[in-house]
Amino acid sequence: MLSTDFGRFGLLDPWRTIERLNQAASGMLAQSPSEFPSVNVWADGNKAVITSELPGIDAEKVDILVNGKSITLRGSRKSEDACEGECYHRRERWHGQFARTIDLPFLIDTEKVEARFNKGVLHLTVPRAEADKPRKIAVKFD
Amino acid sequence: MTDSQREISKKEASTPEGVERTRPHKVYTPNVDILERTDEIVVTADLPGVDEKSLDITLEKNVLTINGRVETEVPEPFRMAYSEYGIGDYLRAFTLSDEVDKERIHATMKNGVLRLVMPKAVAAKTRKIMVTADA
Repeated sequence: MLSTDFGRFGLLDPWRTIERLNQAASGMLAQSPSEFPSVNVWADGNKAVITSELPGIDAEKVDILVNGKSITLRGSRKSEDACEGECYHRRERWHGQFARTIDLPFLIDTEKVEARFNKGVLHLTVPRAEADKPRKIAVKFD
Repeated sequence: MTDSQREISKKEASTPEGVERTRPHKVYTPNVDILERTDEIVVTADLPGVDEKSLDITLEKNVLTINGRVETEVPEPFRMAYSEYGIGDYLRAFTLSDEVDKERIHATMKNGVLRLVMPKAVAAKTRKIMVTADA
Protein backbone atom coordinates (compact mmCIF):
# COMPACT_ATOMS: atom_id res chain seq x y z
CA MET A 1 0.00 0.00 0.00
CA LEU A 2 1.25 3.39 -0.95
CA SER A 3 -0.21 5.08 2.09
CA THR A 4 1.70 2.90 4.55
CA ASP A 5 4.94 3.65 2.68
CA PHE A 6 4.39 7.33 3.24
CA GLY A 7 3.49 6.70 6.85
CA ARG A 8 6.65 4.75 7.46
CA PHE A 9 8.77 7.70 6.47
CA GLY A 10 6.84 9.99 8.74
CA LEU A 11 5.83 12.22 5.85
CA LEU A 12 2.52 13.93 5.40
CA ASP A 13 0.29 11.22 4.01
CA PRO A 14 -1.57 12.58 0.97
CA TRP A 15 -3.89 9.56 0.76
CA ARG A 16 -5.06 9.97 4.27
CA THR A 17 -5.67 13.66 3.68
CA ILE A 18 -7.84 12.85 0.66
CA GLU A 19 -9.72 10.23 2.64
CA ARG A 20 -10.35 12.68 5.43
CA LEU A 21 -11.64 15.31 2.99
CA ASN A 22 -13.93 12.70 1.41
CA GLN A 23 -15.35 11.76 4.77
CA ALA A 24 -15.99 15.38 5.64
CA ALA A 25 -17.75 15.95 2.31
CA SER A 26 -19.92 12.84 2.54
CA GLY A 27 -20.91 13.77 6.08
CA MET A 28 -22.24 17.08 4.85
CA LEU A 29 -24.16 15.52 2.00
CA ALA A 30 -25.60 12.62 3.95
CA GLN A 31 -29.23 12.28 2.92
CA SER A 32 -29.95 9.05 4.72
CA PRO A 33 -31.27 9.30 8.24
CA SER A 34 -28.94 7.92 10.86
CA GLU A 35 -31.64 7.68 13.48
CA PHE A 36 -35.12 6.24 13.63
CA PRO A 37 -37.83 7.37 13.18
CA SER A 38 -37.08 9.89 10.45
CA VAL A 39 -38.42 13.36 11.06
CA ASN A 40 -39.16 16.45 9.03
CA VAL A 41 -39.04 19.80 10.76
CA TRP A 42 -40.79 22.94 9.60
CA ALA A 43 -40.14 26.16 11.44
CA ASP A 44 -40.71 29.84 11.69
CA GLY A 45 -39.26 32.06 14.38
CA ASN A 46 -41.66 31.13 17.15
CA LYS A 47 -42.87 27.67 16.37
CA ALA A 48 -41.75 24.37 14.92
CA VAL A 49 -43.77 21.59 13.36
CA ILE A 50 -42.23 18.14 13.54
CA THR A 51 -43.67 15.31 11.48
CA SER A 52 -42.76 11.67 11.56
CA GLU A 53 -44.11 8.62 9.79
CA LEU A 54 -45.08 5.99 12.33
CA PRO A 55 -47.56 3.67 10.59
CA GLY A 56 -49.31 0.98 12.58
CA ILE A 57 -48.87 2.58 15.98
CA ASP A 58 -51.80 3.66 18.14
CA ALA A 59 -51.76 7.32 19.14
CA GLU A 60 -51.79 6.54 22.85
CA LYS A 61 -48.79 4.28 22.53
CA VAL A 62 -46.41 7.05 21.49
CA ASP A 63 -44.70 8.72 24.44
CA ILE A 64 -43.73 12.33 23.88
CA LEU A 65 -41.44 13.86 26.47
CA VAL A 66 -40.48 17.51 26.43
CA ASN A 67 -37.52 18.82 28.35
CA GLY A 68 -35.98 22.26 27.88
CA LYS A 69 -34.95 22.47 24.23
CA SER A 70 -35.40 18.84 23.35
CA ILE A 71 -38.34 16.61 22.58
CA THR A 72 -38.24 12.82 22.77
CA LEU A 73 -40.44 10.37 20.89
CA ARG A 74 -40.65 6.87 22.23
CA GLY A 75 -42.73 3.89 21.26
CA SER A 76 -42.74 0.43 19.84
CA ARG A 77 -44.39 -1.66 17.18
CA LYS A 78 -44.92 -5.38 17.33
CA SER A 79 -45.30 -7.64 14.37
CA GLU A 80 -48.96 -8.59 14.47
CA ASP A 81 -49.06 -11.68 12.35
CA ALA A 82 -47.09 -14.28 14.12
CA CYS A 83 -46.65 -17.49 12.27
CA GLU A 84 -44.54 -20.51 12.90
CA GLY A 85 -42.05 -21.98 10.55
CA GLU A 86 -41.01 -20.51 7.24
CA CYS A 87 -44.23 -18.92 6.21
CA TYR A 88 -42.91 -15.44 5.37
CA HIS A 89 -42.55 -14.63 1.69
CA ARG A 90 -41.29 -11.14 2.48
CA ARG A 91 -40.45 -9.38 5.69
CA GLU A 92 -39.58 -5.75 5.06
CA ARG A 93 -41.51 -3.84 7.70
CA TRP A 94 -39.75 -2.72 10.84
CA HIS A 95 -40.78 -3.70 14.31
CA GLY A 96 -39.32 -3.13 17.71
CA GLN A 97 -38.75 -0.19 19.99
CA PHE A 98 -37.63 3.27 19.05
CA ALA A 99 -36.56 6.40 20.86
CA ARG A 100 -35.57 9.63 19.19
CA THR A 101 -34.61 12.95 20.70
CA ILE A 102 -34.81 16.08 18.60
CA ASP A 103 -33.02 19.21 19.76
CA LEU A 104 -34.62 22.48 18.79
CA PRO A 105 -32.83 25.82 18.72
CA PHE A 106 -35.21 27.35 21.29
CA LEU A 107 -36.77 26.65 24.69
CA ILE A 108 -40.08 24.84 24.35
CA ASP A 109 -43.32 26.04 25.91
CA THR A 110 -44.08 22.63 27.42
CA GLU A 111 -47.72 23.47 28.19
CA LYS A 112 -48.59 24.30 24.61
CA VAL A 113 -47.08 21.39 22.72
CA GLU A 114 -49.75 19.78 20.55
CA ALA A 115 -49.59 16.31 19.10
CA ARG A 116 -51.84 14.96 16.36
CA PHE A 117 -51.71 11.49 14.95
CA ASN A 118 -53.41 10.92 11.65
CA LYS A 119 -53.12 8.15 9.05
CA GLY A 120 -49.91 6.90 10.62
CA VAL A 121 -48.22 10.31 10.55
CA LEU A 122 -47.41 12.14 13.76
CA HIS A 123 -47.65 15.96 13.73
CA LEU A 124 -46.14 17.83 16.64
CA THR A 125 -46.63 21.56 17.01
CA VAL A 126 -43.95 22.92 19.31
CA PRO A 127 -44.18 26.58 20.30
CA ARG A 128 -41.30 28.60 21.63
CA ALA A 129 -41.45 29.62 25.29
CA GLU A 130 -42.43 33.26 25.89
CA ALA A 131 -39.35 33.81 28.05
CA ASP A 132 -37.12 32.65 25.22
CA LYS A 133 -38.54 34.96 22.54
CA PRO A 134 -36.48 37.96 21.57
CA ARG A 135 -37.60 41.20 23.15
CA LYS A 136 -37.51 44.56 21.59
CA ILE A 137 -35.89 47.16 23.74
CA ALA A 138 -37.00 50.73 23.33
CA VAL A 139 -34.23 53.27 23.37
CA LYS A 140 -34.92 56.19 25.64
CA PHE A 141 -33.59 59.67 25.12
CA ASP A 142 -32.32 61.63 28.07
CA MET B 1 -24.77 2.75 6.03
CA THR B 2 -25.70 -0.43 7.87
CA ASP B 3 -28.36 -2.92 6.77
CA SER B 4 -30.85 -1.80 9.39
CA GLN B 5 -30.65 1.78 8.16
CA ARG B 6 -31.18 0.76 4.58
CA GLU B 7 -34.33 -1.08 5.58
CA ILE B 8 -35.98 1.86 7.24
CA SER B 9 -35.23 4.57 4.69
CA LYS B 10 -37.82 5.04 1.98
CA LYS B 11 -37.16 3.60 -1.43
CA GLU B 12 -38.31 5.35 -4.55
CA ALA B 13 -40.40 3.25 -6.92
CA SER B 14 -38.91 2.58 -10.33
CA THR B 15 -40.51 3.54 -13.64
CA PRO B 16 -39.96 1.80 -16.96
CA GLU B 17 -37.21 3.47 -18.95
CA GLY B 18 -38.33 6.49 -20.95
CA VAL B 19 -41.69 6.65 -19.21
CA GLU B 20 -42.64 9.54 -16.97
CA ARG B 21 -45.34 9.91 -14.41
CA THR B 22 -48.06 12.46 -14.99
CA ARG B 23 -47.99 13.83 -11.47
CA PRO B 24 -44.76 15.49 -10.42
CA HIS B 25 -44.76 13.82 -6.99
CA LYS B 26 -42.20 11.35 -5.90
CA VAL B 27 -43.41 7.77 -5.74
CA TYR B 28 -42.15 5.36 -3.13
CA THR B 29 -42.21 1.60 -2.77
CA PRO B 30 -43.99 0.71 0.45
CA ASN B 31 -42.42 -1.87 2.73
CA VAL B 32 -44.49 -5.03 2.93
CA ASP B 33 -44.73 -8.22 4.89
CA ILE B 34 -46.19 -11.17 3.04
CA LEU B 35 -46.96 -14.34 4.86
CA GLU B 36 -48.67 -17.50 3.88
CA ARG B 37 -50.89 -19.63 6.06
CA THR B 38 -52.59 -22.85 5.17
CA ASP B 39 -55.74 -21.16 3.89
CA GLU B 40 -54.75 -17.55 3.18
CA ILE B 41 -52.03 -15.15 2.11
CA VAL B 42 -51.72 -11.94 4.12
CA VAL B 43 -50.07 -8.80 2.74
CA THR B 44 -49.32 -5.99 5.20
CA ALA B 45 -48.01 -2.69 3.82
CA ASP B 46 -46.80 0.48 5.52
CA LEU B 47 -48.52 3.43 3.85
CA PRO B 48 -48.15 6.41 6.19
CA GLY B 49 -50.30 9.34 5.06
CA VAL B 50 -52.76 7.15 3.16
CA ASP B 51 -56.30 6.38 4.30
CA GLU B 52 -59.04 4.19 2.86
CA LYS B 53 -60.24 7.02 0.59
CA SER B 54 -56.89 7.72 -1.03
CA LEU B 55 -55.99 4.10 -1.63
CA ASP B 56 -56.64 2.18 -4.84
CA ILE B 57 -56.20 -1.55 -5.00
CA THR B 58 -56.74 -3.09 -8.39
CA LEU B 59 -56.54 -6.62 -9.60
CA GLU B 60 -56.09 -7.16 -13.29
CA LYS B 61 -55.00 -10.40 -14.82
CA ASN B 62 -53.34 -11.71 -11.69
CA VAL B 63 -51.50 -8.43 -11.07
CA LEU B 64 -52.41 -6.84 -7.77
CA THR B 65 -51.55 -3.14 -7.68
CA ILE B 66 -51.48 -1.05 -4.52
CA ASN B 67 -51.58 2.67 -5.22
CA GLY B 68 -51.77 5.13 -2.33
CA ARG B 69 -51.98 8.88 -2.84
CA VAL B 70 -50.53 11.17 -0.21
CA GLU B 71 -51.62 14.78 0.07
CA THR B 72 -48.54 16.91 0.55
CA GLU B 73 -49.29 18.90 3.61
CA VAL B 74 -47.18 21.98 4.04
CA PRO B 75 -47.98 23.67 7.33
CA GLU B 76 -48.29 27.35 6.39
CA PRO B 77 -46.54 29.72 6.98
CA PHE B 78 -43.68 27.50 7.99
CA ARG B 79 -40.70 26.72 5.86
CA MET B 80 -38.89 23.43 5.88
CA ALA B 81 -35.94 23.57 8.24
CA TYR B 82 -34.77 19.99 8.18
CA SER B 83 -35.82 16.96 6.17
CA GLU B 84 -35.00 13.30 6.61
CA TYR B 85 -37.77 11.68 4.61
CA GLY B 86 -39.51 12.51 1.39
CA ILE B 87 -43.27 12.73 0.97
CA GLY B 88 -44.89 11.10 -2.01
CA ASP B 89 -47.31 8.53 -3.29
CA TYR B 90 -46.93 4.79 -2.91
CA LEU B 91 -47.01 2.21 -5.65
CA ARG B 92 -46.29 -1.47 -5.67
CA ALA B 93 -47.53 -4.39 -7.72
CA PHE B 94 -47.45 -8.12 -7.14
CA THR B 95 -48.24 -11.04 -9.39
CA LEU B 96 -50.63 -13.46 -7.78
CA SER B 97 -50.82 -17.11 -8.52
CA ASP B 98 -54.09 -18.81 -9.43
CA GLU B 99 -54.43 -20.20 -5.96
CA VAL B 100 -55.87 -16.93 -4.61
CA ASP B 101 -59.65 -16.70 -4.50
CA LYS B 102 -59.97 -13.28 -6.14
CA GLU B 103 -63.60 -12.78 -5.18
CA ARG B 104 -62.92 -12.93 -1.47
CA ILE B 105 -59.91 -10.60 -1.11
CA HIS B 106 -60.45 -8.43 1.92
CA ALA B 107 -58.61 -5.17 2.59
CA THR B 108 -58.54 -3.05 5.74
CA MET B 109 -56.67 0.15 6.51
CA LYS B 110 -55.70 1.31 9.99
CA ASN B 111 -53.21 3.96 11.12
CA GLY B 112 -51.51 4.01 7.74
CA VAL B 113 -51.13 0.25 7.52
CA LEU B 114 -52.90 -1.79 4.85
CA ARG B 115 -53.81 -5.38 5.56
CA LEU B 116 -54.87 -7.48 2.61
CA VAL B 117 -56.19 -10.94 3.32
CA MET B 118 -56.32 -13.17 0.29
CA PRO B 119 -58.00 -16.50 0.94
CA LYS B 120 -56.74 -19.39 -1.10
CA ALA B 121 -59.14 -21.01 -3.52
CA VAL B 122 -60.58 -24.22 -2.15
CA ALA B 123 -58.99 -26.38 -4.80
CA ALA B 124 -55.56 -24.90 -4.10
CA LYS B 125 -55.49 -25.59 -0.39
CA THR B 126 -52.68 -27.85 0.52
CA ARG B 127 -53.67 -31.44 0.90
CA LYS B 128 -51.53 -33.45 3.13
CA ILE B 129 -50.94 -36.94 1.96
CA MET B 130 -50.74 -39.46 4.68
CA VAL B 131 -47.94 -41.91 4.45
CA THR B 132 -48.59 -45.27 5.96
CA ALA B 133 -46.00 -47.84 6.72
CA ASP B 134 -46.27 -50.95 4.66
CA ALA B 135 -46.09 -53.89 6.96
